[in-house]
Amino acid sequence: MPIVLDGAGVTVEAPDGPRVLLEPTTLELGEHRIGVIGPNGSGKSTLARLLNGLVLPTAGRVVVDGFDVARQGREVRRRVGFCFTDPAAQLVMPTCVEDVELSLRRTEKDARRRRERALEVLDRHGLADHADVTVHALSGGQKQLLALAGVLAVEPSVLVADEPTTLLDLANTRRIGDLLLGLPQQLVLVTHDLDLARRCDRVLVVADAGVRFDGPAADAVAFYVSSVVGVA
Amino acid sequence: MSSPLLVGVHRPGSSVLHRLPAGVKLVGLAAFSVAVVLVRGLPPAAVGLGVAVALAVLARLPLGVLWRASRALLVAAVVVAGLQWWVDGPERAAETLLDLVALALAALAVSATTPVNAILDALVRAIAPLRHVGVDPGRVALAFGLAVGALPGTLALAVETRDAARARGLRTPRAYLTPFVIRVVARAHETGDALHARGIGDD
Repeated sequence: MPIVLDGAGVTVEAPDGPRVLLEPTTLELGEHRIGVIGPNGSGKSTLARLLNGLVLPTAGRVVVDGFDVARQGREVRRRVGFCFTDPAAQLVMPTCVEDVELSLRRTEKDARRRRERALEVLDRHGLADHADVTVHALSGGQKQLLALAGVLAVEPSVLVADEPTTLLDLANTRRIGDLLLGLPQQLVLVTHDLDLARRCDRVLVVADAGVRFDGPAADAVAFYVSSVVGVA
Repeated sequence: MSSPLLVGVHRPGSSVLHRLPAGVKLVGLAAFSVAVVLVRGLPPAAVGLGVAVALAVLARLPLGVLWRASRALLVAAVVVAGLQWWVDGPERAAETLLDLVALALAALAVSATTPVNAILDALVRAIAPLRHVGVDPGRVALAFGLAVGALPGTLALAVETRDAARARGLRTPRAYLTPFVIRVVARAHETGDALHARGIGDD
């Protein structure tokens, strides 16, 4: 049971009073591939960000591999990689190889070895030809691939991906989706792509700041679709 | 995101200036700039401009690139020179104008012949000895990398928000300045989150 949410909730103070982003939630996430679906602004991203300490719970706690996210953030972030929707915000160094090197800095102190390992990582993801290219010159799909390569380079045991395919075309959505779902790591995938969600082992449906359904992928997708059809 | 703004002024090539190490060029540019500012008088200013023009020719800078990169600065230089004419007379004004154009040309010649990476590497090597007094060269390089990356990113956001305002027929500065500022801050937060998520700053 690598990830445990124990009554974890998030409330922020807004000018017109407290606002609940995620009501206290208790979950044990042990499956290999876990999908999170639900409407915009429902709390999916808050749930995802709780898992690596980008958002800290204001109630309860979140524990990954026995490490408390609030108190042992460094250990947690070593285990939990995070992939954002917009790779442009995630890629911070001028060239592709340097961006991967940035991830490796913590684990590989020797500069030459670090460059070799970064080139290996790029090669594994079919980006070897782009090593010295500026990250701005890549296509959207390549940028997301590079962002993923940078996160996976440090071999996290869990990968949290927050709508990683929302900005991508069909071919790149399939490519990134296949890569994510084929990873040996545990995956928590927040997505609006119901085809990707259907390929998960377990799917949570989040709505109005809470988990409304938790079960097998097909049932969860059916629950989500019917909740939308019911409104229309 | 494939705006020409993102490419910067660097132009690959094989001129003498291209082949000089980045550190040498940076130190040379610094020395040249200090000399241009410190040595007073019109004749030295003309010599400075001559040197800068020679550098630009050596770098094989096309006139179009030169013009696009320096026109904003030329406007500023002419305004400053105009003020100086009024305060200190024509000779100081001419000197200031020549100095500013010389500095801009020399900087352009260095930027056009040196990849950003080489500049960052030279910088990291230069500050490496400061490691002993607690400065982390890698972190300084990261800060410079972020700053360099933020310029094209911010320009792209500016173009996007202006286009969005135009598409809605809005012409007041508020219609694009407000969303632009908000998006720049949001982008900064996103970048901070990304660094945080990658464990940068944890050690």
